[in-house]
Amino acid sequence: MIRFDNVTKLYPTQNNAALHDLTLEVEKGEFVFLVGPSGSGKSTFLRLVLKEEKPTSGWIRVAGKDLHRLSNWKVPQLRRRIGTVFQDFRLLPNKTVFENIAFALQVIGKSRRQINRDVPAVIELVGLGGKEDRLPDQLSGGEQQRVAVARAFVNRPLILLADEPTGNLDPATSVGIMKLLDRINRTGTTVVMATHDQSIVDQMRKRVIELDHGHVVRDQSRGVYGYAR
Amino acid sequence: MRLQYIVSEIGTGLRRNLTMTLAVIITVAISMAFLGTGMLLRAQAETMKGYWYDKVQISVFMCNEYDRGERCTDGMVTDEQKADIEQVLTAHPEVKTVHFESQEQAYEHFKEQFADDIAESITPDQLQESFRVELKDPERFEGVVSAVAGLPGVHQVQDQRDLLEPFFRVINGLLFGAVAIAVILLVAAILLITNTIRLAAFSRRRETGIMRLVGASNFYIQLPFILETAIAGFVGAVLAGAGVALIKAILIDRVIAPSFLFIDAWVGWSDILVIVPWLLAAGVMMSAVAAFITLRRYLRV
Repeated sequence: MIRFDNVTKLYPTQNNAALHDLTLEVEKGEFVFLVGPSGSGKSTFLRLVLKEEKPTSGWIRVAGKDLHRLSNWKVPQLRRRIGTVFQDFRLLPNKTVFENIAFALQVIGKSRRQINRDVPAVIELVGLGGKEDRLPDQLSGGEQQRVAVARAFVNRPLILLADEPTGNLDPATSVGIMKLLDRINRTGTTVVMATHDQSIVDQMRKRVIELDHGHVVRDQSRGVYGYAR
Repeated sequence: MRLQYIVSEIGTGLRRNLTMTLAVIITVAISMAFLGTGMLLRAQAETMKGYWYDKVQISVFMCNEYDRGERCTDGMVTDEQKADIEQVLTAHPEVKTVHFESQEQAYEHFKEQFADDIAESITPDQLQESFRVELKDPERFEGVVSAVAGLPGVHQVQDQRDLLEPFFRVINGLLFGAVAIAVILLVAAILLITNTIRLAAFSRRRETGIMRLVGASNFYIQLPFILETAIAGFVGAVLAGAGVALIKAILIDRVIAPSFLFIDAWVGWSDILVIVPWLLAAGVMMSAVAAFITLRRYLRV
């Protein structure tokens, strides 16, 4: 589903590579934690998958597409097959829960019929039934993140990328979000989650890829966050 | 493509940036108005050239009995002198036709061109007889002028284009000024559009960020911005078109034309019908292209 071959990413203003000769593969349907300190290359990895950045060298394949050969105008097509969730939710404050999720379908030209069918279903899936008409600031942080997950998932992407989705949430709420991501993963969606949250990684017992200064220092199935640090 | 979404986006966008939108409309309107004025002046110059150059003649005025001076020492031109002059003219290779205008005919023309009370104050014998010479090539008049200028009985040789020169100089000057102002204002309009787009893109960065993330096409993301600017440009150009029409209806038809009765060559409404669509197209295109280029920078994929 995601395959990196000898990928190096250098940012023009920095001397050290953000990713250094990275080779890894994420299979379809996997749930992968990307861990490592700040600046270890987690976000760069996610941005490369979305083709928000281009690698300095190396090959990347995502959802069967060779990103090297993917022309710029086809990038939106790629992103429709990838859902993305961020630490800061990124909801539109003047739109309701329903409208926020529907927005993702509207702007890729889906019909109103399809929106009226898919949005309520995904609201139900993330457990926000009955809160369709709330505005984001009338929701708790956990609920807002559920809206963001719903928006990322409503188009049934092949891959869900999550960049510290629990970073702004308390532990109990985080567990709820993780259960949700796990449920999404069980539908066959590949989930890649960058996180600092040690307890979550330890609880989930999924594959863990640890990055440090752009190198993979650990790739472990059913891993924990790390050794005593 | 969901039309409803785009329409509502344009509506909110225009309202949110109302002051900047108005600034764009006004600058586009003024720059297009000057451009339109320039086109109007050009059309006016062309109309006048067409009107006059067809009729351009060399007029060889001959002495009448009241003329005095070094050319007309003997008073009224004699028949022999007239025959000599006509002979020189008809023999000249550049001359196409020679037409004699008597004092009576000159008086008739005078009456046509000026109000009756002026015409009544003079008599035919105060006017001059003349040969009206049509040239094969209106550009090559010097040879004919010098051939007859010194002949006895000739009071004055007038190339009619000399009379028109000042007119065209004024028109060309105005034309240059109008186009120069139009260009300066056009630059101002483009800078304003750039700034407006930048503000609009910034105020909507959340929306556009999410749109990029969920895979909306570039075209779809940029379209509301481009249409907004194009609408502002269109409104500005419509105002400019109305301004040009007013210049024609009021300034030319009511003010200038009545004070230059002897000129019967003014831009018509058909010229306006050509100019206004150009202004609309230029206003819309300029705005849309400026928006498009700005967006390349501020809404990167």
